[in-house]
This record gives sequence, C-alpha cells and structure tokens, in this order.
Amino acid sequence: MSLWNKHAIFEKNSIILILGIIVMISFGGLVEIAPLFYLKSTIEQVKGVRPYTPLELAGRHIYVREGCYNCHSQMIRPLRDEVERYGHYSLAAESMFDKPFQWGSKRTGPDLARLGGKYSDDWQFRHLVNPRDVVPQSIMPGYPFLAKAELDADDIGQQMKVQSLSGVPYTEEMIANAAKDLKAQVNPDDPNAAGLEKRYGKVNVRKFDGGNNPAKLTEADALIAYLQVLGTMVDFKGYDAKANYR
Amino acid sequence: MAGHNHDDIDHITGTSTTGHEWDGIKELNTPLPKWWLNLFYACIIWSVGYYVAYPAWPGISSYTKGVLGYSSRADVQVELDALKAQRASAAADLAKADLAAIKADPKMLAVALAQGKAAFGDNCAPCHGIGATGSKGYPNLNDDDWLWGGKLADIYTTLQNGIRSTNNGETRISAMPAFGKDGILKKEEIRTVSNYAVTLAGGKAEAGVDLKAGEKLFAENCASCHGDKGAGNPELGAPNLTDQIWLYGGKIEDVIETVTNSRAGVMPAWNERLDTATIKSLAVYVHSLGGGK
Repeated sequence: MSLWNKHAIFEKNSIILILGIIVMISFGGLVEIAPLFYLKSTIEQVKGVRPYTPLELAGRHIYVREGCYNCHSQMIRPLRDEVERYGHYSLAAESMFDKPFQWGSKRTGPDLARLGGKYSDDWQFRHLVNPRDVVPQSIMPGYPFLAKAELDADDIGQQMKVQSLSGVPYTEEMIANAAKDLKAQVNPDDPNAAGLEKRYGKVNVRKFDGGNNPAKLTEADALIAYLQVLGTMVDFKGYDAKANYR
Repeated sequence: MAGHNHDDIDHITGTSTTGHEWDGIKELNTPLPKWWLNLFYACIIWSVGYYVAYPAWPGISSYTKGVLGYSSRADVQVELDALKAQRASAAADLAKADLAAIKADPKMLAVALAQGKAAFGDNCAPCHGIGATGSKGYPNLNDDDWLWGGKLADIYTTLQNGIRSTNNGETRISAMPAFGKDGILKKEEIRTVSNYAVTLAGGKAEAGVDLKAGEKLFAENCASCHGDKGAGNPELGAPNLTDQIWLYGGKIEDVIETVTNSRAGVMPAWNERLDTATIKSLAVYVHSLGGGK
C-alpha cells in the first residue's frame, strides 16, 4: 500500500480528520492572512484618509441599516471600464476605517466609492426621497422617511468608542466632543465648527438636506453627509501610483 | 457492523470493500476514476507553475513577485494609457485644442460629440435628464435660455468650476436674497412683486393686485440683478424673467416661494473629477444640443 492510500486513516478517524483540518487551515491562514499585517509592501502609504466625523459615522450606520450595500458596491476595481466610469480605482487604505467595510458584492445600482461631490446635496435629497423624481428609469426604492426622521445619535460617542476598540484612531478629545461635532457639521455658524475642522481636517460643513428641513437634524442630513465624503479623502494629485503597484 | 476485513472482495463487482457491513450489505471501496485523479495531480503541478509565474508566497519583508511581473494596477494603467493614446490620435489632442477649433474641425467635433455624449450619460444625466431636458431646479440644456451664458467658453467654465460648488474656489457664485425669510419685504409686497414678475413673462396677474406698485418694488429690489425689464444677467446667473422658462415653476405661488426663501441651485465642479479633454467634449456636446450661442 503506497502513501497515497493512507487517506483511509483520516476517513476512518474523525479526531485525526479534525486535527488534519486544523493544521491545513492554520497553514493557509499563516500564508495568506498573517503576512498582510506585517508586509510593508502590502500596506500602502496614502495621505488624507481620516476617520469619519460623528455625523458621517451616523450616516454610515443608516447606510448599513437600510441595506444600501445590497445593491451598491463601494469598490472600483482596477479595470479600464470601471476607472473610466467611476474614477480612480479604490485603494485598500480608503476603507481602512470602514468597520465593517462596505465593498459590497453586487451592483444593482452603480458603485458609490467615489460618489462624494459628484451630485449636489439637493439632488441627493430628492433622489433619496423618490429616485424617480430625478432619474425616471431608476428602480431604487424611495426612502422618504429619512427626510422626516430626526437623527437619533445620543450614543454616537459610545459608537465611536467601539470603533476605536477595533482600531479606528478616534482620540479621547474626538469622543468627548462627539455630540457637539455632530451638530456643528450641519451649521457653519456653530461656534464648534472650527473645533470640528481642527480635529478632523477637511470636513464638509453645511446643512446637507438642502434646506428642506432647516429646523431638524434628520437622518437624511447624516446619510448625505456620509455619501458626500465617499472617495474624496485622498488627493490623487499627491498619490504615487507606481510605488503602489501590486 | 462486522469486523474490518480489508481484503474482502465483493463477488458481484470484483471490487474490494471497506469492511463495513450492515445487514449483510457491504460498502464498496470503489477507487476514484483514474482520469479524475490524474486531473487532480495535474492541478497540483499546475499550481507550482503558478507560484513561479505570478505573485504568490509571502516572505519576511516582501513576497515572491513572479517571473511575469503581473500587477493588476500596472495592467489597468497600461490599458488606460493605450486608451488615451488612441483617443489622442483620433482627434488631435482635444485637451490642447481651442474650443472654437474643436467646433470647426469635423474630425475633432465628431470625437468630442461622441465622448461628450458618453460622459453626459453618467455624470450629467442624473440631474439634467437623459435628453438634457432638465427638471424642476435643474435647467433644460436644449433651449437657448442660459443662466450663466451659453457661449462655448461660458459652458466650459461652468462645467469646470460648477455653480455654488463646495469644492471649488472659482465656482460661479451669486445669492438671491431671501426677501421674506430675511424680512426685506412684507408678505403683501412679495405677492405684489411676484405678480408683477409673472406678467413680465406674459402671465396673468391675480385680481386686485396693484401692478404699478409691483413695478416699483421690482425696480427697487430686483432690477439690479435681473435688469430693469427683467431680461436677466448671465454675469450674475440672474435668470431672464421675460421668457416662459421657469426653473422653479412659473405659477404665482412658485414665484412667491422663490422670492420668499430664494433659490440657490448647486452644480458640482468637474475639473477634479474629469480630465480637460472630457470637459471640453462635454462643453461642445452641450453647446450642440440646440441652444448654444
């Protein structure tokens, strides 16, 4: 009996089979996953990526809650047609603070990785309320309740704390000022708006629902704030593509 | 289950059994087909070739790059460069050419229109509509009514820098006062001046409105931007009020809403997102839709 016929040992002893599986998966993990954490050449250096502001984070939670990822990807692959349509291919670093990431796996709607700044706030608002108002052939459902629902983000500081546990570099100052920063981002006249920009850097500060609901901070405000920052953090003028070929 | 006897041979098939037996039925130990097994071994050997050719094994500070030097990012760059070269040769270089020159040269014009149409579909149609017919708040680009000017150069500037765009320092900016919200005019005055504005476009005023007073209010509050006769001023993005084209609706109630709270449509700047050649193509395309000046 040659070595090749020894598989009967695994097939007939479940404990040995389990041990064999554990050894194989550990080896696979060691080779395929572990190096990604330490290999310098797989960790790209990109300037500009910052953690989400409290308002953007709250919007991101709405994005996840409503299941936007079921129809929209956030991953421009390095393929000619995708770069032509959506812009520069996505970098790993651009989703380093996305926990969990929103790459998605299917496009019923278009990719959203570089949506930020592509359309106006007012368009985003009308499109969320009823997509057919601006894109007659759209099959996306409307989300009119976002325009009315007041943003419930009393726990935004705690949510940021949880994110920081998983590696998002929120400082204690950011967490302590979370509630104030959240409100400041929709009001350029807010005394805290300067503090928000000091803590986070380049931030869009304005009322995002296009003045459609000036008195309230709505879920639409948060979601649009998130959508308008997607893919805009990296300035590709200063990005060395050649150094990051892989 | 009977005792394990590996040398048991099933008499009907002539195949050995595993030694498992239930109620006199024995489990055959049929070997995998030879062709299948050979394919399996071939795949293992193939994988070795793959390790040599493509990036595969991690090391301490780097990984094996493979003899083919494959990189998906480098590949797409090669393809994009090829595309760029192809476009450049087909149309001289749109990026270098003058807008008027593009319009004058049939070959360049054909390329610009094709490229402009394609770019319009993804980038502009969500607001302006597939046929560029616009909707409430988003101008129709087929007519000759232009907020910020309809010459090639005007359209090009608008495309590049946007209108009230938040990410461009040179964007086109103007702000109509919110006459009601900011308490500049009283409610009754707003109704009066709105009625007057509607009559400028040939519309009918409501009964009992003093149009003479409306004219006076218009001269005092509106004429500095919209002109004495309401003909508009593309330098300021002030719409022409004498035509039937209303961006936010031409009913008295719509106009009152506009005068009370003002309007400030936003168009994003495209100079960061699209390259110069594409923006020029778009300018030529939009100019060609029917209303270009």
